[in-house]
Amino acid sequence: MPRHKLIASESDGKDNEFSLYYVEVEENSKGGKEKQATRDGKRRRERNGEVSRRRASEKRSTEMSNKRAEKKHEKHHKTTRKEGEKHRKKQRRNADEEEAEEESSKEKKNIKNERTKTLKLEDEKEKDVKKKRKKHVKNEEDDANPGKTKQKDCQDVALKEKKKKRKKPETTSESESNSDSESKDNQAVGVLGSLTPEELEKLKEAVDERKKLITTLKGKPWPMKKKLVILRESQEFVEKYEGALGKGKGRKLYAYKVMMMKKWMKFQRDLENFKTACIPWEMKIKEIESHFGSSVASYFIFLRWMYGINMILFGLTFGLVMVPEALMGKPYGSMSRKTVPREEEASAMNFAVLWDFGGYAKYSVLFYGYYNNQRAIGWLKFRMPLSYFLVGVGTVAYSYMVVIRTMARNANEEGGGDDTSFNFSWKTFTSWDYLIGNPETADNKFACITTSFKEAIVEEQESKKDDNIHLTRFLRVLANFLVLCCLAGSGYLIYFVVRRSQKFALEGLENYGWWERNEVNMVMSLLGMFCPMLFDVISTLENYHPRIALQWQLGRIFALFLGNLYTFIIALMDAIQLKRAEEEIVKKNMTIWQANLYNGTMPDNSTALPITVHPGDVPRGPCWETMVGQEFVRLIISDTMTTYITLLIGDFLRAVLVRFLNNCWCWDLEYGFPSYSEFDVSGNVLGLIFNQGMIWMGAFYAPCLPALNLLRLHVSMYLQCWAVMCCNVPQERVFKASGSSNFYMAMLLVILFLSTLPAIYTIVSIPPSFDCGPFSGKNRMLDVIQETLETDFPAWFGKVFSYASNPGLVLPFLLLLVLAIYYLQSTSKTYKRVNMELKKKLQTQNEENKKKNKLAALKTANELEQARKAGEQHSNSSQHTQNSEPPVSSTHTTTRPPASRGHTASGHLPGHPQQPQKNSHSNRR
Amino acid sequence: QRNKTINFITKQNINIFFSFLTFFLHCSLHGRYHELAPHLVPMDYTNDPDVKIPLALIVNMPELKENPFRNRIVESFSEDGQGNLSFNDFVDMFSVLSEMAPRELKAIFAFKIYDFNVDNYICKEDLEKTLNKLTKEELTPEEVNLVCEKAIEEADLDGDNKLSFADFENMISRAPDFLR
Repeated sequence: MPRHKLIASESDGKDNEFSLYYVEVEENSKGGKEKQATRDGKRRRERNGEVSRRRASEKRSTEMSNKRAEKKHEKHHKTTRKEGEKHRKKQRRNADEEEAEEESSKEKKNIKNERTKTLKLEDEKEKDVKKKRKKHVKNEEDDANPGKTKQKDCQDVALKEKKKKRKKPETTSESESNSDSESKDNQAVGVLGSLTPEELEKLKEAVDERKKLITTLKGKPWPMKKKLVILRESQEFVEKYEGALGKGKGRKLYAYKVMMMKKWMKFQRDLENFKTACIPWEMKIKEIESHFGSSVASYFIFLRWMYGINMILFGLTFGLVMVPEALMGKPYGSMSRKTVPREEEASAMNFAVLWDFGGYAKYSVLFYGYYNNQRAIGWLKFRMPLSYFLVGVGTVAYSYMVVIRTMARNANEEGGGDDTSFNFSWKTFTSWDYLIGNPETADNKFACITTSFKEAIVEEQESKKDDNIHLTRFLRVLANFLVLCCLAGSGYLIYFVVRRSQKFALEGLENYGWWERNEVNMVMSLLGMFCPMLFDVISTLENYHPRIALQWQLGRIFALFLGNLYTFIIALMDAIQLKRAEEEIVKKNMTIWQANLYNGTMPDNSTALPITVHPGDVPRGPCWETMVGQEFVRLIISDTMTTYITLLIGDFLRAVLVRFLNNCWCWDLEYGFPSYSEFDVSGNVLGLIFNQGMIWMGAFYAPCLPALNLLRLHVSMYLQCWAVMCCNVPQERVFKASGSSNFYMAMLLVILFLSTLPAIYTIVSIPPSFDCGPFSGKNRMLDVIQETLETDFPAWFGKVFSYASNPGLVLPFLLLLVLAIYYLQSTSKTYKRVNMELKKKLQTQNEENKKKNKLAALKTANELEQARKAGEQHSNSSQHTQNSEPPVSSTHTTTRPPASRGHTASGHLPGHPQQPQKNSHSNRR
Repeated sequence: QRNKTINFITKQNINIFFSFLTFFLHCSLHGRYHELAPHLVPMDYTNDPDVKIPLALIVNMPELKENPFRNRIVESFSEDGQGNLSFNDFVDMFSVLSEMAPRELKAIFAFKIYDFNVDNYICKEDLEKTLNKLTKEELTPEEVNLVCEKAIEEADLDGDNKLSFADFENMISRAPDFLR
């Protein structure tokens, strides 16, 4: 049958069974008629194929014409087949396909030829039962018009296959197309003939491929119309043949599987959508990014990240410390530590007192002092002191883990970006930020790109002269020197003021005026106001890229803020010492008070009930832990207030004034002196970081701190988003802030470390107050661990622990850790070096290839020119063939990526998968 | 004022779009398409009317308004090359510009966008046009010339003094912040 022949010829003369059959038919057909017919068919097929290749819409017509051709030839073949049946019998075993066809037709017609029947039976034995049944079913379906309908059906499929195949090669690179079409043609054959096991496999493959096409369709560079058409076709195909494949035993299971797969995919997609919808404030941040560039957005992303961390901290402290104590601990008023003292009772509910976290707020779960030292509370036997201690340590440990993990991840992402071999082309093609949708930002971006180009040009031109570099180097050193001087001066000032205030405090503050009392605070805030400005002025000397300038600025202000932290800690330590001295006195008084109580009222009768004194009247220690907690809470509150107020006054009021006074002012306020404010990324980031440091430091003594901080961050998210959008203008130089996130993290890590130091110091070395907090009555807060080990764990565990904690074991372990760190460090260094070397190698190879390619290109160009000259001189026919190529390719241009064209070079290109062998294929096409 | 970024619209919509290819699309992108030219575009798209929106209307979308290559973008996505977008082209444009689109796809269309004279090569004239659009013609001709030469020198692998798609792809695939 010509159908077979067509396919066989299509498969480029590969030696398979069909080519054999082709030969056989040619043998059989004695007259020239048959040959003529096949040739005709072939030609027609070719023509049809071309048409369909060019236009997807003409498919149907080609199909029809093809079918007509098939029908015409069919009679022919039947006659010729009868003639050549004897011949065929000999070769039947070779032509599997043909034989199957034969078989089916004969089964239907109750074949008369005995010999063929026996032969067939022999062959049938070899075949699977399952496959046979399938064929049978199919044949019965087509019983009414056996030859034609079946042929039609198959033809349909074949054409569809062809169409699809043709479409794919067009769109993927041409080099792949030939091999692709070959393999697919084989598949087409599989669908065409009746089904043998291999063909079943092939059909399955085809279906799978179609499915894969459906899923990857999204990523194909085709117009949407085509995508739609292909999608529909493929879906039809899959639906049609999926069922056919699964017929029989496995069908239900298969259908079920497919259905579940579909459901699962849909679920995954929905989940993905849900996830993106769940990211909080994503919309707001994107909006800000489109207005102000990524550097401002990076602050908000950082804020959101911080919010996440505080969420976890809050969950830990709230769930494991505050709630259990509130629910299961002794109620308010049952103990002296849980009661407002008598002398404060009157004012305990005043707003001013509560606002200052005194009164009832002080004697509540919000602070350390309220917690009882009872080992286990409630029906759950909740180990309150242990839980308190572990949560305190756990929050810090968790923060360390998160910060370091984030840093590592960021470092990974930033790994490969320092390649500058495509400096100019990258600037040209990738510098526009496609997310910008605001005219002001766009203007800034234009300016930024222009300056960056100018900078690059200047750098390029002056890379040979280096006196300018010397100058900038000198300026940079000078700037750093100035900044160092500034920092040292302010450091000394802080130190001096703090010492003086200590002296004042010792002598008693009552003798001094307002300035002496508030000197430290005033100096601190003045420094905080003026030093950043000074640094800003100095940094203009340096002429850095704004991103790097921002980092320098951040680092410098950070160093200044450390002074702030230092004074705060010193003041706190002093206060702690004072309170502890007070506590000693109270302790002594306490024994006297108790003795008085018992002496005055009671004889030495131990059986009598002790006198109940109202807990508010019991003398008590000052409880320095609560004092520390209160200090931190007050600090956070005042800090938050100042932030919000400066935001409202500095940004909002200024913007309002500028906007509305502009109409009646003598100069242009909007573009002149006051203007609108820019968003201060560095200041805000630092504020956030130091705030977080305070939280880490104070959370142990005031479990309410994470909750407060959460509230603050939440409010400032909305407030600052609003303020930025309504009263700030974009920065003059918009820059990408992709690299700065790790810098923020590094600062956060430093602050985390610095803030855990004092907390750990107080936990480990200062004895807790004797009458308040979960650790009262213990020598050190750490003792709670030992106590738990002794009472809650079996004896052997304590023994093991004591062995493990002796210095003989701990020291080697530490040594081992240090060694491990050293080892990992050095290996990572070597990896980095190897990486760099590889990069260099690649680069040099690239350059070599470039040269080689250039040479080859020149050569081929010369050859081409010579050939053309020769061609012009000699004949028109060669010219004709040369010219016939371009139109074909030009029909593809609209749908195909320009990937593989234009390679006159013979050398292989780095990073491009094209192989010269395949190239030749495509050329032949 | 609508200043949604392209990102956003498409990230949500395209994602849904491909799951139910034709139906859900009408809710989101079709709405926007319709908004552009209410008098031209029917709300009912069941029988595929042949409607095209001219370039001038599309370019005014907030996502494209500030883009220096807006005309080129629209032109390269239109079937006729003149910038008249049918709805399918419109969807196409959004899907390519979305965050979800693979980088290879973006590279292909970026190449088309930067190829001003549609000869399948980015030659020096294309580069000059790109540069002038990027900098609002604030560079002097000598500077533009220098930059073009440097760019071609850097990225041209086969030495024909213009960038083929292979050159372009090779260069752009290594860019740290390509269309991100």
